[in-house]
Amino acid sequence: MRGIAVRLQGLRKTFGETVAVAGVDLEIRDGEFFSMLGPSGSGKTTVLRLIAGFETPTEGGVELAGQDVTGLAPFERDVHTVFQDYALFPHMTVEQNVAYALKVRKVPKAERLVRARKALAEVRLDGYGGRRPAQLSGGQRQRVALARALVGRPRVLLLDEPLGALDLKLREQMQLELKALQREVGITFVFVTHDQEEALTMSDRIAVFHQGRLEQVGTPAEIYERPATAFVASFVGTSNLLQGQSARSILGTDGTHSVRPEKIRVLKESAVADEPGHATATGTVAEVVYLGDTTRFLVDLDAGGRLTALQQNLETSAEDVAAYRGARVRLTWHRRHTIQVPDAR
Amino acid sequence: MTAAAQTAEAAGRRSTGTVRRLAGMLHRRPRLRLSLLLTAPLLWLAVLYLGSLTVLFVSAFWTTNSFTSEVVKVWSADNFRALLTTPVYRQVILRSIGVALAVTVLCAVIAFPLAFYTARVARPRWRPLLVVAILTPLWASYLVKVYAWRLILSQGGLADWMLRPFGLSGPGFGLPAAVLTLTYLWLPYMILPIHTALEQLPDNLVDASADLGARPGRTFRSVVLPMVLPSVAAGSIFTFSLSLGDYITVQIVGGKTQLIGNLVYSNIELNLPMAAALGTVPVVVVVLYLLAMRRTGALSSL
Repeated sequence: MRGIAVRLQGLRKTFGETVAVAGVDLEIRDGEFFSMLGPSGSGKTTVLRLIAGFETPTEGGVELAGQDVTGLAPFERDVHTVFQDYALFPHMTVEQNVAYALKVRKVPKAERLVRARKALAEVRLDGYGGRRPAQLSGGQRQRVALARALVGRPRVLLLDEPLGALDLKLREQMQLELKALQREVGITFVFVTHDQEEALTMSDRIAVFHQGRLEQVGTPAEIYERPATAFVASFVGTSNLLQGQSARSILGTDGTHSVRPEKIRVLKESAVADEPGHATATGTVAEVVYLGDTTRFLVDLDAGGRLTALQQNLETSAEDVAAYRGARVRLTWHRRHTIQVPDAR
Repeated sequence: MTAAAQTAEAAGRRSTGTVRRLAGMLHRRPRLRLSLLLTAPLLWLAVLYLGSLTVLFVSAFWTTNSFTSEVVKVWSADNFRALLTTPVYRQVILRSIGVALAVTVLCAVIAFPLAFYTARVARPRWRPLLVVAILTPLWASYLVKVYAWRLILSQGGLADWMLRPFGLSGPGFGLPAAVLTLTYLWLPYMILPIHTALEQLPDNLVDASADLGARPGRTFRSVVLPMVLPSVAAGSIFTFSLSLGDYITVQIVGGKTQLIGNLVYSNIELNLPMAAALGTVPVVVVVLYLLAMRRTGALSSL
């Protein structure tokens, strides 16, 4: 059984009238890649700042490795942060930036240099030590911020949407590198993001935030395949909910149900698809979005509501799928892919 | 529509047409646009500003008829030689530079905590008000302020009265009084750039420093101070050059103290070339000071 790196108990934070965090209980394990996922304003960044010590909670407490740190200042906590805009010191060289945590702790200069160089090598920036942050690209600055936060080997590394400012290609590359780096150094990573794909790609576990509360905590597979609430179902992956009348007529039950778009097959209306264990619904294609490798069909159901279906373009071309616009179709999926979610609050 | 209104409208359209054509022409000819815009100010700069500096410098090489005090246009470097060799002149020049440096250091020391308060401690909604409060003295007349200080520093004045309980007396009129008054006069010029720099200092740099384990003192020394220093240097350019050129304050509160400005003033009637030579001294010193400050990056934060 691994130890608990971060424990949040009844954490609340209000700014005047605004409730940023409305009671969060959470345990993050040692060595875990833990993501806090949610839309902007969901309180995930505030939770991160509460762990770092930049904010003090209105109620509740923060424990790091079993020690209550609620009242401690940031410099008394064994956590380092990678800031969203990197927050590199512009008047220092890259090397001085990276060595800062060591200098503050009065590590001898020679050792400082060696460890800073090693940290820069870890993020593949050897030879950049003498430059200023302003002379680096966004991706390189991001790596410097990472090296600076890792060089002191903190118990927990907090990352506040660190990939947000990078372009898509670089972001995907950094996701893999971050994950590899985390495995290598074995430090607990707490990663804040609003990008569900990013969270699914990298995390051991994900906490989904909504309006200052935790909606669900679980592995990426749990979050994706068994969303605990309608919010999680719609925020992680494409919103594909069947409710009320349409649920009754298609599935034969009440309540709110979710189907992932890639589980749905799009057939001609005339096709007979009464395979056992399958649900089926007819409708009209409202929109066809050609995405290259896949095509997204938005279908207005006869029973009411709208479903999105995602199809691989195995043999179809852009012209083929365009012909579907306005067509009558039959949607079908296996019933085990229908997930019942608690009704939307 | 009446005939008169129609004519008026037609005239309006015609004039709009002319303006439009002119605007279009200027738009297509950026060089013409630029020269129309800049000719007057550049002429002003070249003729009046640089011209008068040149006249000042040239006339410093002339001499005077010692009986009639008339300027004799004979070239000689006697004036500059006198500046460097006469002990009184050397003393006054060094004293002036010393005063300017003292005022600058005092301003920086007083301005920093004040600016720190107005830019980072005070509530955001109060900050503009505090900046206005700092600037308010600049709206009052220079002479009024200096005479106010003369009253404060005079015998039995406010300074004496406040220091008496401690068994002390005010500095009276003299060099310290001049430094004190000049510090008061130029303080806003120091506060303002520091305030701006501190206000623009990103919060997350301070956060990042604390996050990496630095206590507030270390954060101040390693992050805040180095990032604000260029602005201190920028402010010092104002306090230094304004102090170096001042002569009225010294006359009013300085007692018998003489600075370069006083020597220029007293030479103007009798020995204009000498006054010119003396006048070039602050120009040269300030240029040297600017060159020194340029190395700190101060000029880009002006």
